Amino acid sequence: MSPAEDRQARLSARNGWLLSAPALVILTIAAIGPLLIVLVYSFLTPGDYGNVVWEFSWNGWKSVFVEEDIFEGTLSLADAHLTIFWRSLSLSILTTVLTFLVGFPTAWWIATKPPKARAFWLFLITLPFWTNILVRTFAINQIIRNEGVLNSLLIWAGVIDSPIQLTYTPTALLIGMVYVYLPLMVLPLFAAIDRFDMRLLEAGYDLYASRWQVLRRIILPIVKPGIIAGSILVLVPCLGAYVTPRILGGGKMMMLGNFIELQFGQGRNWPLGAALSIVLLVIVTAALLIYVRALSGEKRHG
Amino acid sequence: MAEKFAVTRLPGFTAIAVVAFIALYAPILTLVAYSFNISESAGTWAGFTLDWYRLAFQNDEVKNAALNSLIVAAFAALISTTVATLAALGTTRRAAFRGQTTIYAVINQPLMVPEIVTAVALLIFFSSVKLATGYTGLGYLILAHAAFCIPFAYLPIRARLEGMDLTLETAASDLYASPWQTFRHVTLPLLMPGVLAGAMLAFVTSLDDVVITEFIKSPGQDTLPTYMLGQLRRQMKPDVNALSALLLAVTLLLLAGVYLLTRKRAD
Repeated sequence: MSPAEDRQARLSARNGWLLSAPALVILTIAAIGPLLIVLVYSFLTPGDYGNVVWEFSWNGWKSVFVEEDIFEGTLSLADAHLTIFWRSLSLSILTTVLTFLVGFPTAWWIATKPPKARAFWLFLITLPFWTNILVRTFAINQIIRNEGVLNSLLIWAGVIDSPIQLTYTPTALLIGMVYVYLPLMVLPLFAAIDRFDMRLLEAGYDLYASRWQVLRRIILPIVKPGIIAGSILVLVPCLGAYVTPRILGGGKMMMLGNFIELQFGQGRNWPLGAALSIVLLVIVTAALLIYVRALSGEKRHG
Repeated sequence: MAEKFAVTRLPGFTAIAVVAFIALYAPILTLVAYSFNISESAGTWAGFTLDWYRLAFQNDEVKNAALNSLIVAAFAALISTTVATLAALGTTRRAAFRGQTTIYAVINQPLMVPEIVTAVALLIFFSSVKLATGYTGLGYLILAHAAFCIPFAYLPIRARLEGMDLTLETAASDLYASPWQTFRHVTLPLLMPGVLAGAMLAFVTSLDDVVITEFIKSPGQDTLPTYMLGQLRRQMKPDVNALSALLLAVTLLLLAGVYLLTRKRAD
């Protein structure tokens, strides 16, 4: 590189940084920096009325997994906490699987429409995606609650005599989360299927593959990056879900997000809440790393 | 057509897709319908009324929350779009430079961290700042919203820039335009649809936020979503239906705007 070109490149890089600086500053102050403070707070002592006392303590982290019996001084596994962890994890994975089972055929159906119609149906998927999560949870709640549309319809049709109790059950949470997060699965799946070369299907059928074999051996392996992207996009917000379990679970069916909030409200245990937030962040980061590795593995083989 | 073997058809897929669309829209449409329902219970239809909208508009808490929502969303959109535009100019159409990946990672950070974690982090941080400075205004909400709106504003602007080559800018500087004149009269007008789309997405994102706002708002600082969340805790009221329908309408309008601004010209 000539000195002039070198200078040019350095100038260009400097301008790139300078132009990005205001965005980076805002994000550092109001998004990234505070995460470090959370880490610090997880090692402090809870104050009597919330907040913290600046004294080092492991108790925040200990109480993530174990409970101390204040009368006997013995430690035992915190069953209530583990129940909430398990509920968060199992419901999130179930939601991801269900959104895939519904979302894949939906994305496929949209991607195989003529281009004009495709844009329209895709818009219908993006609209709920941008709609307030509260509004959508509220909408599904009106359908499934005891005096809701579903029960009214079933009673009117004579299928059932008394309403099915769905709200405040894990099933309600599952229905709600599948409903809320379905667009997040359909969008990346659509992007992957849209790039899929449909001539491969003809080749498959010419070689006497059955529909199932075509789906299993040709389509699914090729759209795998879309499947992984969709799964991560659904799994991550599910793990941290707060609004949907709060409304549909009514405080009885807490998930990790609600449990964290509790520590900053009535629980008055900020260090535990901070430690739980870090745990959630670590789980999510692990999921994202798996995603990145799976994608780069794809590229190596492809 | 029915006899022809369609290679792209897979058995059962159409049925699932149709059910999915009905399942996505039936609850939303029901909610909008019941916002016009005379009866307070959601199970029965008793006739058309606009009373719930009137009730919502006459409520001072609602008016206050709506005003807060608008102020926060407007400022957050303005700030995030401005800095996102600069960042997009800094990270596209130039040779790859050291640290570019870091810049991308920082800009997209709000998309990768669960909202509840950011909410907790900001609650801790801002509560110390509130104690230290005594300031409890809307500034905290605006700053937090501006931060998580940045990636939403950045994406359409960057997409627009990547589709623009440098020939027009080069032509302008060949004609002795200063860098500022080139930016002001060539780059910015071409970039405008992307900037407006980014601003609208940022506005919608800010308007929709529940979790972060719920954690960091000072007393009496409800936005529309946190007000609605507070109402849902008790009995669900039809005027909340009306507010939901209004939020939905605003989202629909802004999205239609984004769609019109970003669609590719029919070729």
